[in-house]
Amino acid sequence: MTSLRKFAAPVIAILLFLAGWEWLVWVNGWPTYKMAAPSDLWPAFWKFRWLFLEYGWQTLWRTVAGLALAIVFGVAVGMVMGFSRTVRDGLYPLLVGFNAIPKATVVPILALMFVGQHDMNTILIAFMISFFPIAVSVSIGLSTLEPEYRDILRSLGASQVTVFWKIALPKTLPEFFGALKVSVTLAFIGTNLMEIISPHGRGLGALFDSGKISSDYPLMFAVLIALALLGIVLYYIVVALEKTFAGWAERAPG
Amino acid sequence: MPAHIELREITHAYQTDAGPLPVLDNLNIKMAEGSFTAVVGPSGCGKSTLTRLIAGLMRPDEGQVWLGGKMVTSPRPTVGMAFQNPVLLEWRTILRNVMLPLEIVGQRMSRSDQEARARELLSLVGLEGFEDKRPSELSGGMRQRASLCRALVHRPEVLILDEPFGALDAFTREDLWQTMARLRHEEKFTAVLITHDLRESVFLADNIVVLSGRPATSQYVLANTLPADRTLDDLYAQPATEMLAILRHQIQVAQGRAPAEPQEAAQ
Ligand SMILES: Nc1ncnc2c1ncn2[C@@H]1O[C@H](COP(=O)(O)OP(=O)(O)OP(=O)(O)O)[C@@H](O)[C@H]1O
Ligand SMILES: [Mg+2]
Repeated sequence: MTSLRKFAAPVIAILLFLAGWEWLVWVNGWPTYKMAAPSDLWPAFWKFRWLFLEYGWQTLWRTVAGLALAIVFGVAVGMVMGFSRTVRDGLYPLLVGFNAIPKATVVPILALMFVGQHDMNTILIAFMISFFPIAVSVSIGLSTLEPEYRDILRSLGASQVTVFWKIALPKTLPEFFGALKVSVTLAFIGTNLMEIISPHGRGLGALFDSGKISSDYPLMFAVLIALALLGIVLYYIVVALEKTFAGWAERAPG
Repeated sequence: MPAHIELREITHAYQTDAGPLPVLDNLNIKMAEGSFTAVVGPSGCGKSTLTRLIAGLMRPDEGQVWLGGKMVTSPRPTVGMAFQNPVLLEWRTILRNVMLPLEIVGQRMSRSDQEARARELLSLVGLEGFEDKRPSELSGGMRQRASLCRALVHRPEVLILDEPFGALDAFTREDLWQTMARLRHEEKFTAVLITHDLRESVFLADNIVVLSGRPATSQYVLANTLPADRTLDDLYAQPATEMLAILRHQIQVAQGRAPAEPQEAAQ
């Protein structure tokens, strides 16, 4: 019963949403160049189905690569900041400033710096936009660890490394996954930003751009839907990982 | 009998932004092997600092801590600790929580021996049947019991308790006192108990050290005259009531609220 509800409720919600959208376009008699209806999208999907598959894959692997980079770098920075107050005080303003820069402004700079290296540009921007929440969450998780947690092992002569692996790391996993949920969406946005803006790009963002150039509105909307689907998939992969590795943090219902 | 734990002329100050904060001032305490010492004193006078010094988690500016004839310069595996916060690991079962210290210092024990040891302690404190539960499924008193088991699982020579019952309600606390007395009967250790509760100190300890206000020094030491097989009821009759009155008075002196009477000031 609960699994049925878990599955059926979102499906019904999506169907209702599509029906409402279709109805809105139909009632207003909007032409496709103003607002495409869901029924216009399927032909666009079908026409470009191989491009969707190929470009969807491009977008997906770049996002995941950028995110993986963000995890490695973010966790490393977060660890150093979590363990050393001096580093934390020193790095914080830098990180905040870096995060505050609108990434759309960085895209052309990166594109110029690594001309033609589309994959690398895209991965870099996905990485840059998404590592901040990870670094902050890990550093906060580690620096707010109550000293008693450390002392139960330290008092036995355990090393800092042991304390990190046995206590500090698992204890920060819930915060880490919370940040990862934000980061996965951000990385996705970063990938598409680069794909849309950089010339001769590939990926779903580039497909969107070409739809724009040829005024193929159903195609543009179809890309948006594909992006939304991909975003949902990525997000729920993170949720599944969270359940596996930090499921203990979830309170029993009731 | 030589002292098992000896604090010799310990003086310590924390370096803070506002300058050095003297916390302990020429503190001397001796504890015999197998004895149970309670330390009471005004809030913030340096009791937790004292426990960290005994555990070797930090070193004093001056003076030394001696443990079994050796000077303490670093943490040692013969110490067990429990705090007001039970700090159980939520991602482990109760059994695996209790076994945690053995992962650091129990290399010579087989895995099944480790588990048997943990189960033995858990049943001793009345947590039989809860081995596979998560800490979040237990009440505060039960979590504290599990934390005591973790502190004792590796058979430490020294048990350091920093207000372990401080956050519990009065009835649960009395249950835990009795559990503690049972543990002391079954296990062999020298215990140091930091507490705010004078009844607790009189029920559990052989000697009760009253610390002065910060910077703390040993202001008064009371030798408990209750029999070893004391009951909770004994706390409400002589000689416990008299000891409690003395301790209350000494705390007020430590807080600077009552003048010290010269003949009562120890040392
Ligand atoms: N790491 C530290 N750095 C600076 N000051 C500290 C540090 N740890 C403790 N202090 C200060 O030293 C004093 C003694 O602290 P301690 O925790 O030993 O007291 P306590 O007697 O255990 O207090 P409580 O009764 O609240 O448990 C307090 O004023 C505290 O603020
Ligand atoms: Mg304290």
